[in-house]
Amino acid sequence: MTELAEHVAAVGRPLKRKEDARLLTGKTQWTDNIQLAGALHMAILRSPMGHAKITKLDVSGALKYPGVEAAYGADELGDLNGSVPCVWPVTDDMVAPDFPALAKGEVRHMGDCVALVLAGTAAQAADALEGIVVEYSALPAVIDMEEAIKDGSPLVHSDKGTNKCYTYKLQPQGDGAYEAAKAKADVVVKRRFVNQRLIPAFMEPRAVVASPMGTSGELTIWSATQVPHVLRVLLALVTGVSENKLRVVAPDVGGGFGGKLQCYREEILCVALANKLGRPIKWNETRSEDMMATHHGRDQLQDIEIAATKDGKLLGLKVDLIANMGAYLQIITPGIPLLGMFMYPAIYKMDAYDFSCIGVFTNTTPTDAYRGAGRPEATYAIERIMDELAHELGMEPMELRKKNWIKHEEFPYTTAAGLTYDSGNYEAATDKAMALFKYDELRAEQVKRRASGDKVQLGIGISTFTEMCGLAPSRTLGALKYVAGGWEHCTIRVLPTGKVELVTGTSPHGQGHETAWSQIASDTLGIPVDDIEVIHGDTRTSPYGMDTYGSRSLAVGGQAILRAGEKVVEKARLIAAHQLECSANDLEFDNGVFRVKGDPSKEKAIQAVAFEAFSAHDLPDGLEPTLQAESTVDPQDFSYPHGTHLCAMEVDTETGKSTIRSYVCVDDIGIQINPLIVEGQVHGGLAQGIAQALYEGAVYDSDGQLLTASFADYLVPSAPDLPSFVTDHTITPSTTNPLGTKGVGEAGAIASTPAVINAIVDALRPYGVNDVPMPALPMTVWRTLNAARQGGK
Amino acid sequence: MIPSKFDYVRPNSVDEAVAALKAGGEDSKVITGGQSMLPLLRLRLAAPSVLVDCARIDEMKGIKDNGDSVTIGAASTHWDVLNNEIVKTHVKLLADATATVADPQVRHRGTFGGALAHGDPAGDLPAVVVALDATFEIAGAKGRRQVTAKDFFVDYFTTAVGPDEILVSVTIPKLGKGWGTCYEKFNRSANGWAIVGVAAAVKVEGGKITEARIGLTNCASVPVRASSVESALKGVSASATEIESASQSAADGTRATSDLGADKEYREHLMRVLTARAVSCAAGA
Ligand SMILES: Cc1cc2nc3c(=O)[nH]c(=O)nc-3n(C[C@H](O)[C@H](O)[C@H](O)COP(=O)(O)OP(=O)(O)OC[C@H]3O[C@@H](n4cnc5c(N)ncnc54)[C@H](O)[C@@H]3O)c2cc1C
Repeated sequence: MTELAEHVAAVGRPLKRKEDARLLTGKTQWTDNIQLAGALHMAILRSPMGHAKITKLDVSGALKYPGVEAAYGADELGDLNGSVPCVWPVTDDMVAPDFPALAKGEVRHMGDCVALVLAGTAAQAADALEGIVVEYSALPAVIDMEEAIKDGSPLVHSDKGTNKCYTYKLQPQGDGAYEAAKAKADVVVKRRFVNQRLIPAFMEPRAVVASPMGTSGELTIWSATQVPHVLRVLLALVTGVSENKLRVVAPDVGGGFGGKLQCYREEILCVALANKLGRPIKWNETRSEDMMATHHGRDQLQDIEIAATKDGKLLGLKVDLIANMGAYLQIITPGIPLLGMFMYPAIYKMDAYDFSCIGVFTNTTPTDAYRGAGRPEATYAIERIMDELAHELGMEPMELRKKNWIKHEEFPYTTAAGLTYDSGNYEAATDKAMALFKYDELRAEQVKRRASGDKVQLGIGISTFTEMCGLAPSRTLGALKYVAGGWEHCTIRVLPTGKVELVTGTSPHGQGHETAWSQIASDTLGIPVDDIEVIHGDTRTSPYGMDTYGSRSLAVGGQAILRAGEKVVEKARLIAAHQLECSANDLEFDNGVFRVKGDPSKEKAIQAVAFEAFSAHDLPDGLEPTLQAESTVDPQDFSYPHGTHLCAMEVDTETGKSTIRSYVCVDDIGIQINPLIVEGQVHGGLAQGIAQALYEGAVYDSDGQLLTASFADYLVPSAPDLPSFVTDHTITPSTTNPLGTKGVGEAGAIASTPAVINAIVDALRPYGVNDVPMPALPMTVWRTLNAARQGGK
Repeated sequence: MIPSKFDYVRPNSVDEAVAALKAGGEDSKVITGGQSMLPLLRLRLAAPSVLVDCARIDEMKGIKDNGDSVTIGAASTHWDVLNNEIVKTHVKLLADATATVADPQVRHRGTFGGALAHGDPAGDLPAVVVALDATFEIAGAKGRRQVTAKDFFVDYFTTAVGPDEILVSVTIPKLGKGWGTCYEKFNRSANGWAIVGVAAAVKVEGGKITEARIGLTNCASVPVRASSVESALKGVSASATEIESASQSAADGTRATSDLGADKEYREHLMRVLTARAVSCAAGA
């Protein structure tokens, strides 16, 4: 008999995260901890102007500073001045301006890179920036998107003759279908929502070290990135360094939220300079640099119109977006609004959907993916307008939703946007959430407070959201003109001693993959979680991957883990059968042990099989030694988590201050691999979504000065600003992947923003308030309330 | 960011500190908790040649009960102040206001004297010492001098402490019987600076307010007293409605500015609302 402990199913258990001890105590290697002998530190001089011609640039003064070895402007850098790539040309005629790492004669946003210094220490490099002489001649800046697309507007890129990047249309039911649906409507509600600009504000600022290694001409790049694999391909294309000579390592990375899904100017510069000078180049940013030069998120003007019958049946939805690209296009800047495009119809049935989006250049930091990337914007607009429609119809907002949502027995369901949702149960999640929230009691209290004219009013906000995770399959991405694929890879090696190396192409930056991936493999292989080592984030050790974003890692990467594990077991079975002298079909595999059916005394543990595969003394004829397998999985379709989020808000009508009294969410993310990690993801997501509603917003003045360039002005909430969340779940497995998982990385951030704003609007509805701009800071709410009280809106 | 180069000295006494400031010349600066100084250095908004660290000078630490007043060493940290029994008992307004300053990390490093000497109009503590008529002991090359709260705050980030001087301690008279106090702070996020803060001390006798002292945070270039509300409150009954109407003049004599958190109109509105709330709370109304 085997001495191994009985294997307990790992999937579904709230195991503490393996990686936390090292992450929380800092006993790990962040990029900025990497010290290489002879490294040169890079400091960057950034534009203080929103838009200007560089009339003079003289970097020679910097060379006189102690420790300085080189200084470059665009002229000095010459061919090394690579351009930041954009991999998603959403239309054939999209305007794609050049985005050089160092500005060539003109700066187009505050924070644009103008010149750089290389010195022996970071302090020397910072000091030497003061020796650079630069003169600017201000050009008119354009910040407002609607101004930017008017004739005669100042141009961000004068050579392009327009600030319009692209116009995209989607009419799944054909041209005129929406108008036909609208013609039948009794009620049409139209709103303009402003989804303000946000700054990702991850905890670890960006950092890069690029260094020649050894004598083979290899260049290693450590970067605080969430996409080492994608970055390698792009850096090879941009810098001309041969891809097989480039190794990209993402050591432990402290957050990203999409903000580290990029091929940044600074990464290009470090690689080009390390390659040219043959020395390590190191750069890390200050928080102020981060605020202005890391890509921003959101920033859309949303004109949304919804048509319904008088008894609340939805007929059609029309969405016209203007989306801010910022000054340049980065990796998937133009595609972000299109990721939202599919989600405006959300969980609702309707006859017609009509979408358009105009991408616009302005003198602001480029935008790109930020937690949710397009789906939070879509969810905000649809969930807000559902409340407005309910108000117009005189219906209870939850009743309106119930009337129109896809019923659980109607899945799979193809929405008006053309997506096929695999599974869901909106009824179950909503029932559970309403019970936890004590919805009816709160409504009763609201009635009382309204009647007594309480200075503090109570509002209830609803968000019955869904979203799409696991950006894929590759063919679909191709059809959308996205350059890359959507597959994911895993290799599993069972070592001679029975320990496991699991190599994943996903690239965690705080999510807990090491634990969750171990759980999946543990159940497949019947090997304890602690015996599994997850290897990731290094293109030398995990050569294939599509990295981590869009809540894809589990929904897609999990499938590759499962499949690779199954392949390992299939091979082990052949070896076990050979040694137990039976046919493979006569073996059952349970908890890591192969047993002969009907003769349980004959058994072999998978760990023992691994040793046999290593020694290879007695393998079946033709079978290769070693116990390992790999799998690259292209997913069948997206997955669609959903949930019901409810927010009770107290609004002080004297000061305009909104205070969340309670927040309940019931998320359905399918099968949960690790409920503790799920809860953590939901909490963090809620904090970020609530932050958009109540606190955060990047603000520029009309010259392009970023006024929120530090945490004193850009208000990231902290624990005391947030309520104690009540989180729960229902489980409706996904049918598009064998694990039944859906994805939870973005759910909280997507769902919560409209729940919070709906709650504030609901609190103030008796005063005639029908919308509150975000972030709903006290002064904004107070002004909105005053305007409504005075009869205007 | 990395600060420009500077020299650093850590004197053991006030006299040594004064000498070090003088020796360092015009560009020398005091540092105690560093919570306001370090951000300025790191953003390179300040580039002193010498930093004179006064955080460990014994004379500048500690809190003393003088019978009718309390003396607080300038280098006492916010944490020391808000947890001190003498302060909690006799200068509760200060303990309450200090508890709203920033977050625990900042409160463990930042000092009472630093917060006052910095002269930030958005700081919470200046309004408190102005409301409580504190006196300041300042040491310089020519010896020591006493300055009243009224004269201490001069302008934005400018106080009576000269470039070669050091704030040694602050003495706050006790309020005595019948007084209640309250600090109302309004900010956009929990550890953000005050948009408006109101420090109120109110004496109630026989259900009537006999005296009120109100200091306003972030309503002008320096902390100001809401004098017209103080007069209007004299003799009114300690009821919410009367207090509210007496508080309508809270913005008189203020010079509110506009920023991302609040424009002038909103700030003035908050002064009225928060003054009423602070006074009501102090008066137990
Ligand atoms: C994130 C953050 C949030 C904050 N939030 C708040 C808040 O909500 N409310 C609030 O009131 N404050 C807030 N502060 C400021 C905090 O109170 C600081 O501690 C205080 O402003 C300065 O005290 P310090 O000892 O750190 O002074 P330092 O930073 O050391 O010095 C500040 C200035 O005062 C001078 N100085 C210091 N001590 C003396 C002295 N004894 N004699 C002469 N000059 C001296 C220095 O030369 C310098 O110019 C915040 C600070 C931070 C970093």
